[in-house]
Amino acid sequence: MAAFLIRRGIGAILVCIAVTFIVFLIFIVVPGGGATGTAQRIAGKNATPDLIKSVEHRWGFDRPIYVQYWRLMHRMFTNNLVSYTSQQKVLTQIWQGMPATFSLTIGAGIIWLFFGILVGVISAITAGRLSDRVITVLALIGISMPVFWLGIIARYYLAEGGVTTFFPDGEYVGITSNPLAWFSHLFLPWIVLAVLFIGFYGRVLRGNILDAINEDYVRTAKAKGLSPRRIMVKHVLRTSLIPIVTLFGLDFAGVLGGGAILTETVFDLHGVGQYAAQSINNFDLPPIMGVTMYGAFFIVCFSVVVDLFYAYLDPRIRPT
Amino acid sequence: MVQQATESEFTLDTAAELAAAERGGAPIVGRSPWFLAWRRLRRNKISLAFFVLFIVILVACLLAPVYAHHVAHTGQNTNHILDTVKVNGKTTPVTSNGGYLNKQGKPCQTTDTDCKLVAVLPIAPTWFNAGGKFVLGADANGRDIAVRMLYGGLVSLRVGIISSAICVFFAVLLALLAGYFGGWIDFIITRFFDLFYAFPVVLLGIALGAALAIKGISWGPIHLASGDVWIPTLVISYVLIPYVGRPLRGQVLSLREKEFIEAAIAQGASPLRIMFSELLPNIMSSVLVFFTLIIANNIVLEAALSFLGAGVQPPTPSWGTLISDGQTLIVTRPWLSLAPGIAIVLTVLSLNVFGDGLRDALDPRAKVRVEH
Repeated sequence: MAAFLIRRGIGAILVCIAVTFIVFLIFIVVPGGGATGTAQRIAGKNATPDLIKSVEHRWGFDRPIYVQYWRLMHRMFTNNLVSYTSQQKVLTQIWQGMPATFSLTIGAGIIWLFFGILVGVISAITAGRLSDRVITVLALIGISMPVFWLGIIARYYLAEGGVTTFFPDGEYVGITSNPLAWFSHLFLPWIVLAVLFIGFYGRVLRGNILDAINEDYVRTAKAKGLSPRRIMVKHVLRTSLIPIVTLFGLDFAGVLGGGAILTETVFDLHGVGQYAAQSINNFDLPPIMGVTMYGAFFIVCFSVVVDLFYAYLDPRIRPT
Repeated sequence: MVQQATESEFTLDTAAELAAAERGGAPIVGRSPWFLAWRRLRRNKISLAFFVLFIVILVACLLAPVYAHHVAHTGQNTNHILDTVKVNGKTTPVTSNGGYLNKQGKPCQTTDTDCKLVAVLPIAPTWFNAGGKFVLGADANGRDIAVRMLYGGLVSLRVGIISSAICVFFAVLLALLAGYFGGWIDFIITRFFDLFYAFPVVLLGIALGAALAIKGISWGPIHLASGDVWIPTLVISYVLIPYVGRPLRGQVLSLREKEFIEAAIAQGASPLRIMFSELLPNIMSSVLVFFTLIIANNIVLEAALSFLGAGVQPPTPSWGTLISDGQTLIVTRPWLSLAPGIAIVLTVLSLNVFGDGLRDALDPRAKVRVEH
């Protein structure tokens, strides 16, 4: 287990280093435009010539490429990455957005895992019948809906200021300041974010269950005279859920690492994702840089945790 | 009974003749896998219906200029702020001062509790009461939303289809290289795929889109202006390459161990020949399914990036930018963002259902699973 942990940890560190290269490539190298052009992009839309000049010099855009990389990373890791539009430190802002993003993702994750499994199981058990067809159609529609559009519509029809007023309108309320308001403010965003995943997980699980039903061990279980419920829960569902758990680990980390950007923006939750989204409109690159890099780091670390969890659950994984 | 063939001449063709004779003389025609797939697809009426829906949407969007010039008599970016239009014979201004409005979009009464200040109130959908003008209403700049919807659809579909083609092209190329050569080439390509799994798709798209949207791309002779539709197209095609490439690589890897590849190598076929005339036709069915499903995915991704401002740049309409524009008037003129959203849902749904049908038709194993 210790060897596995060390190997996986070293792998993760290497990936994180590669991530820093990618971020550097995306923001500095790929757009091109020379030293001044790059400095202009970093300094933002309304930068003065003086600021551009100083950015060009201090970020080393007039120096060799490895100096540029080193200075960017130095800024990133010493909390000196500053948005030139708002004059705020990026890492501090990300830190402040964390509670909203975590609340949104954890709540939505619970909802989508629960309903995804429920929908998948019902649809597989009743495969070919009416309920299966209805679920299949609804799941497809759920997958086809852009999450931000669903959010806008939900907000318009269900939240204050719109047609009806079942829910308060957007914004995040801290769980410590008012748990009830926290819940009611997040309820709509949770549902909206979960819809896509419910449809997706339901479809995947349905396919897995229908595959598993044809396996020999299920026939054996039937031959032994086990009840259908016991076969479904103990034999079929157990194997069918493994890919779902894998998917959940990846998706959950993805949403936490900035994937909830659309939901956060639509519902004005002031999370990490919305911080990046607001910066786009100001053409303010440093925050997007920070969110992209820290988001990727988070996903890499989270995937290590998920792997460890697996290794703990399933001894077969350990030697690999 | 057909004359018995001599042993030395006994080939598959003579076997087919013999079999045909037993069935009453009807010749057996060779059926290619593609023909069989097409026959299976033809029986799947729901899939075909959704494919027709997609074609209808595509054609409607392609006819955008015709509609704009001959029905709505306007252009995609033409402002009509000061114009008037006859609705049911009544002259109505295209935009009017909003003032304080209640939730129903009516002027604020003393009994209303929740009123908002709206600067400009565009005309509501006229449906067909204004001779085809402003069927879905206008936006705050007095532009005809129905016209912009069609032009926007053209942009969205173009971005979706072209980016999907580019994405699938590179994914296939990388998958063939990685799967055929293996070794360090495979190692590098799979590490490249793995690395991009560390970034959430939307975030990576935004990062690239925002970085490129500010001043465009300038690499030597290649220069793309910041508002160029090619920027989101390239960004979107790029972000999804790993998601298509990884499963395809797996397929190539297992095909590579098959006997027919061994036979081709024994015949002295070059790697290029093996990759493109032996391996590629065998993964073509998956490529087609991926292509269809990735178009759907890319249309949503384009809308998401445009909605956040990192995709198609205004004033170019796309379904994403239209939803974003309509958001500010959602309470008084919900159709501004409802209509493009419905268009996206219908398009994406039609592609998803058709893609599923295509997969069932091309991969009989999947069909067994669905029929269960």
